[in-house]
Amino acid sequence: MKSFLICISLGMGMALAGSGCADGVEQPASTADASLAKGQSAVVDAESAPNILAIAIGSKDHSTLVAAVQAAALEDVLTNAGPLTVFAPNNAAFEKLPAGTLQNLLKPENKVTLARIIKYHATPGTFTSDNLRDGQQLYMATGHYIPVKVEGDQLSLQGAKVLGTVKASNGIVHVIDAVLLPPEE
Amino acid sequence: MKNTPGILLAGFVLLAAAALLGTGCGNKGSGKLSAGALAGDAASAVYIPPGEHDEFYGFFSGGFSGQVSVVGLPSGRTLKVIPVFALDAEKGYGFSEETKPLLNTSWGFIPWDDAHHPKLSQTKGETDGRWLFINGNNTPRVARIDLSTFETVETIELPNSGGNHSSPYLTENTEYVVAGTRFSVPYPQKDVPVNTFKENFKGVISFISVEPQHGHMDLAFQIMMPAFDYDLASSGKGPSHGWTFFTCYNTEKAYTLKEVNASQNDKDFIAAINWKKAEEYIQQGKFTEVPAEYASNRMNEETQSAESTMKKSVRILDPAQCPGLVYFLPTPKSPHGVDVTPTGEYIVGSGKLSANLTVHSFDKMLKAIENKAFETEIDGIPVLKYDEVVAGVVKEPGLGPLHTEFDDKGNAYTTFFISSEIVKWKIGTWEVLDRAPCYYSVGHLMIPGGGSRKPQGKYMVALNKITKDRYLPTGPEMNHSAQLYDISGDKIKLLLDFPTHGEPHYAQGISADRVAPNSKKFFPIEQNKHPFRALGEKETKVVREGNVVRIYMTTIRSHFAPDWVEGIKVGDEVFFHITNLEQDWDVPHGFSMMGAQNAELLVMPGQTRTLRWTPKKSGVYPFYCTDFCSALHQEMQGYIRVSPKEANVPVKWGLGEDAFPL
Repeated sequence: MKSFLICISLGMGMALAGSGCADGVEQPASTADASLAKGQSAVVDAESAPNILAIAIGSKDHSTLVAAVQAAALEDVLTNAGPLTVFAPNNAAFEKLPAGTLQNLLKPENKVTLARIIKYHATPGTFTSDNLRDGQQLYMATGHYIPVKVEGDQLSLQGAKVLGTVKASNGIVHVIDAVLLPPEE
Repeated sequence: MKNTPGILLAGFVLLAAAALLGTGCGNKGSGKLSAGALAGDAASAVYIPPGEHDEFYGFFSGGFSGQVSVVGLPSGRTLKVIPVFALDAEKGYGFSEETKPLLNTSWGFIPWDDAHHPKLSQTKGETDGRWLFINGNNTPRVARIDLSTFETVETIELPNSGGNHSSPYLTENTEYVVAGTRFSVPYPQKDVPVNTFKENFKGVISFISVEPQHGHMDLAFQIMMPAFDYDLASSGKGPSHGWTFFTCYNTEKAYTLKEVNASQNDKDFIAAINWKKAEEYIQQGKFTEVPAEYASNRMNEETQSAESTMKKSVRILDPAQCPGLVYFLPTPKSPHGVDVTPTGEYIVGSGKLSANLTVHSFDKMLKAIENKAFETEIDGIPVLKYDEVVAGVVKEPGLGPLHTEFDDKGNAYTTFFISSEIVKWKIGTWEVLDRAPCYYSVGHLMIPGGGSRKPQGKYMVALNKITKDRYLPTGPEMNHSAQLYDISGDKIKLLLDFPTHGEPHYAQGISADRVAPNSKKFFPIEQNKHPFRALGEKETKVVREGNVVRIYMTTIRSHFAPDWVEGIKVGDEVFFHITNLEQDWDVPHGFSMMGAQNAELLVMPGQTRTLRWTPKKSGVYPFYCTDFCSALHQEMQGYIRVSPKEANVPVKWGLGEDAFPL
């Protein structure tokens, strides 16, 4: 299988700013709402093996996915103990969507739909390439099944090709070249 | 197919950058106030003024610590740690001769187990404050703690089991505590290839009867089930009293790489067991009595000493021969928790890999049984049709549902491990009402009485698996975390975040007024029938029989009697039988012997406890009281003279002017 390398992006400001922490703004203790407390994605840890979210943030080819994860408020899900297997569309994959689709999904009023689409890319469990077989049905986090396709060395899901695979501390990331869209409700 | 992990490094470097940029927020000093974000009234809601008591007792399992911690709620203060399945040097539990038999098994003495689910005894479906039961998962056992002394008083081992997880989940009058094997094992246990799992393995579910007056446990019967993994349980209430429900996963019967292979089936099962029917079959003699070896260990209240009995057989019911005993309710994706609502009507199944929560109806289940609405049969057990038993589905409430508890207003609260939150939903309409984040990766939750017919829906506790940055760091491992929430209003409100002991798998909560009035202050000395007691200083003595030396010793502020002993020889087997003569609340005395390969003793007022010691070197060695008992605590000390093996030093002992024998 082709290997691929994602360059280290130095323009990380955007991803970090999205972690929900506005610099210099502090809530007075008396009025602060417990719901503002942040989840595991806010844990500062530069030493441990990277989790799925950290891997996505670290890849310049996944800035769109990271922005979508943040808009859907799923950062903590991708940071938690897992295990999750995530099929992570790269930026080019998002660019294949019809014009305006992404912009529309990123609007706050479409948060639930966006979250469903992202969850459609995740399945509980650690599915390395080695334990995915042709015809295997993967149960995605939305409750849908997606069949795995293996042709020679090429893994794909609903036509989205797996370009490479990274082991995360809390699961597996398979990079794919197309966005998977769940069936209409 | 091999892929190259090209972006791994990128992740590391990025994290370093994140650390640098992220330090300004959230995790230091005043930043914590904004992130922790507890409103001022939250602080006062958990503040218990000095000298005041908490409203609830919380009993938190210690998981791999093998213990139970007692926590006051809402303060989160730890009141006590009760050793159950693990040695506790602090209290001499498992070190004193009186408590060692509680850790006896068919394998011999086992000093540790993995304590998962505490469950309070119930009367008419309400917690009654008499006993706390808890399962040992590793070497299958169940223990009973007496809530008048907060001491472990009984343990029973379970044969034919491997991983006692779905336990104790008792019935509504504490008729039975239950125990389902999480890992199926060969039945009967034998030396077979692991890959003969499907042919040779079985899953066994045990019903342990509880004698109503003293709480004594006996293994009443076992039910031979297919070789699935029986995960959790919940007993029926009200209309469903008489049934107990067990989740099972791995209906694929995988024995290797279960993380993949046990997650294939679209639906696994909740096994519904009609234990009243089981009682009928037992009465009719439709059981097989099979050889088994398991320990039953009980504290004898009179002698204050635990006694271990090895049992030799068990009654087994085969569902194929017992129609109406067991039914399977199909439930999606590896159901973990099963929880029966306070009304007894709904059975909530949390498919831990499922996108949805599945709720079955007890009423529909009975009708489906009556109409024989069976999908198929497995080992003679009918599988009911899913559509005929399901009452509703909570749609996409979160990721990784695990456990549900209930309040007294018709609401349910379910934990979600992967999305790290508790979701509140309405029983009957199945609509999601609210959600609250947990820090981090919540497992069980607890509402006082939340698993009973009468929940006290004021507080809720999240019991989390991951702690990370919640407290000051303590190296690679942190104590697990718990959060206390106020659930009295429409919105779940976070009040408190506190560390716990070991791994709090599950907890119980109960109004303090159901427990506190029964709490013992001391053991009445006149009731002490310990065979080696000394109920006054005049009864103290030293007796040698061959190389066994028994020292009958007493404690009272602030001396031991005797406080010197001579005539002990290297290689003797010495027993210090210490009776604490105090009859005063919270005045235990400790006893420790220099060079003893043992722990200390902590002897409650009125109690006798025994420390075994084999002296190894000749000389004169001190012993002393370890529990600060008075202003002259340091003076509470004595000496033992140890002579060489071949010496001829006579046995003598004394206190003050007196020396014995006279």
